[in-house]
Amino acid sequence: MTATDHAPGPAGTTTRRAPGRGDHHHGDDGPNPLLRTPYYVLTGGLALLFLAPLVWAAVASVSPQGGTAQTDGWGLGNYSTLAAYGAGLGQYLLNSTIVSLLTVVFTLSISLLGGYAFARFRFPGKNLLFLVTLAILMVPYATLLIPLYVLLNAIGLQNSLVGLALVLTMFQLPFATFMMRISFEAVPKELEEAALVDGCGTFSALVRVLVPAVKPGLITVGLFAFLAAWNDFIAPLILISDATKVPLPLAVANMRQQVMGIIDYGATEAGVVVLALPCVVLFLALQRHYVRGFMSGALKG
Amino acid sequence: MANLTTPTVPEAAREKSRSGGVPRPRRLRGSRSLSGMLYAAPTGVMVLVFFVLPVLLVLQMSVSDWGLFAGNRGLNLPENYVDAADNRLLWPAIVFTVKYTVITTVLLLAVALGLAMVVQEASRWRSVLRTAILVPSALGLASASLLFYAIYSPQSSPINPALMALGVVQEPISFLGTPTSALWSTVFLIVWRFAGFYMLLLMVGLQGIPGDVYEAAHIDGANRWQIFSRITLPLLRPSLALCTILCVTGSLLAFDQFYILTKGGPDNSTITIVQLIYNMAFAGGNDLGLAAALSVMVLIALLAINALQFRGLRGKEN
Repeated sequence: MTATDHAPGPAGTTTRRAPGRGDHHHGDDGPNPLLRTPYYVLTGGLALLFLAPLVWAAVASVSPQGGTAQTDGWGLGNYSTLAAYGAGLGQYLLNSTIVSLLTVVFTLSISLLGGYAFARFRFPGKNLLFLVTLAILMVPYATLLIPLYVLLNAIGLQNSLVGLALVLTMFQLPFATFMMRISFEAVPKELEEAALVDGCGTFSALVRVLVPAVKPGLITVGLFAFLAAWNDFIAPLILISDATKVPLPLAVANMRQQVMGIIDYGATEAGVVVLALPCVVLFLALQRHYVRGFMSGALKG
Repeated sequence: MANLTTPTVPEAAREKSRSGGVPRPRRLRGSRSLSGMLYAAPTGVMVLVFFVLPVLLVLQMSVSDWGLFAGNRGLNLPENYVDAADNRLLWPAIVFTVKYTVITTVLLLAVALGLAMVVQEASRWRSVLRTAILVPSALGLASASLLFYAIYSPQSSPINPALMALGVVQEPISFLGTPTSALWSTVFLIVWRFAGFYMLLLMVGLQGIPGDVYEAAHIDGANRWQIFSRITLPLLRPSLALCTILCVTGSLLAFDQFYILTKGGPDNSTITIVQLIYNMAFAGGNDLGLAAALSVMVLIALLAINALQFRGLRGKEN
């Protein structure tokens, strides 16, 4: 595979152009400006199609609509409904933040050490452990969540955000371990050996020399862990039974079945905006790292 | 930890230079291997406690009479498996899940391939396009489902007023009201949410095709369709295979989108297999043994399907 041979472009994607292909397309780099207009209209329409639902949710959440808290004029009525629902928006945001941050911290520290071990050391059981870690991908989510429900009860982590974060970390490990292993393997061995000769132990070599070198990999792993934990739905649905401890996606979904079966769509739209905002902002800020995750995934296949 | 794992490196360097770079002393190799095990220990503990143990436990549960609140009440073989196979909703759920998987996979990969070919080459405009198409992938599936729940709702839908104003339809469309419309509405949501994800994977594959192959075909006078069907598709097979396996697996295990959009309705027509497992275990059924038995069956089926896919897709390649 050659995907890693190409330098990342402005959007973090590869920028190579195959010779002889450009003239098959009505590209935006074509010679005739008149020919380019339909191309721009078509592809621009395509972009709008993907953005429209999100833009609609943002606009609809503040626009007047019957059956919501915002009946006349524009305003934040729906957000007030959302803020006052159940244990309060603040509580659910806090739950989601705790779970997401714990998952990111657990995933980063475990996969940093694990990736280092798999890339740089030889020890008995190494290949077996790596294969079993990847095998997590082969087992359906639901198949694992039913015994995990029983297991967490047995070790006193039922209904706990820490327990939920540990489970979500486990689901992140195949990707995270794989990603950190290839990140460490890409660092020249001489860098670490120089530190070892200078009297560093392997751990201080890791902290002082290698962590800066694998930082891009860590950002990718952390981003994926955050997005997965922030958005997860079925794990808290099964593992968290206390209504005040549920993360935000579950709270917004539960909110729909409130008052007498009448659904407040305005509050749902506001909830979607609050849910989507951090993900979209993080994605736009770290798009390059997001795309790298796919490159490594594609390399694997 | 630092002290524990520190191999005596300066000493090793000295020894190495003395003996002229022969293999390291056994003692040092041993401590290196110990450090490796220590670094891998957190991974090992996590995998053991939260993956290996649950897999063993689900096997045990599947042969036990295991209530949600009552816990383990002894062996219940083969009743769990027989009851799971006899469940009246099982076959409708299998049929629906497979139908949903086929439709989603075909549509999603076709759309993603088209998008990948449009945005593949580098330019500022195309990178804007890529970003726009990828934004929905940052959303959670649950958030996306809640968003489309509002878009499809009779009260707040922006689609029906628009279509009626344009005169396309006279009556408002009920997006989730009939089994067929609920299926297609969900498929649309999934294509919207995942098209960017698969586009990116296929784009990586497209960029792995060497440019001179296209050049040679062009010189030989191949037209656009010939280039697409004889060069792009065959050379893209590894990427397409990866996408197919991911998409089939993901769709067979669909849960969030149906749980949020339809709750399995109307008339239980959109119950997927995972939703059936969930219902058996938690929503009313309260029978973890039964749910575990069905989960084990799903696990075995999924492993078999993936093995077949690997073989089939690799076989074609040769």
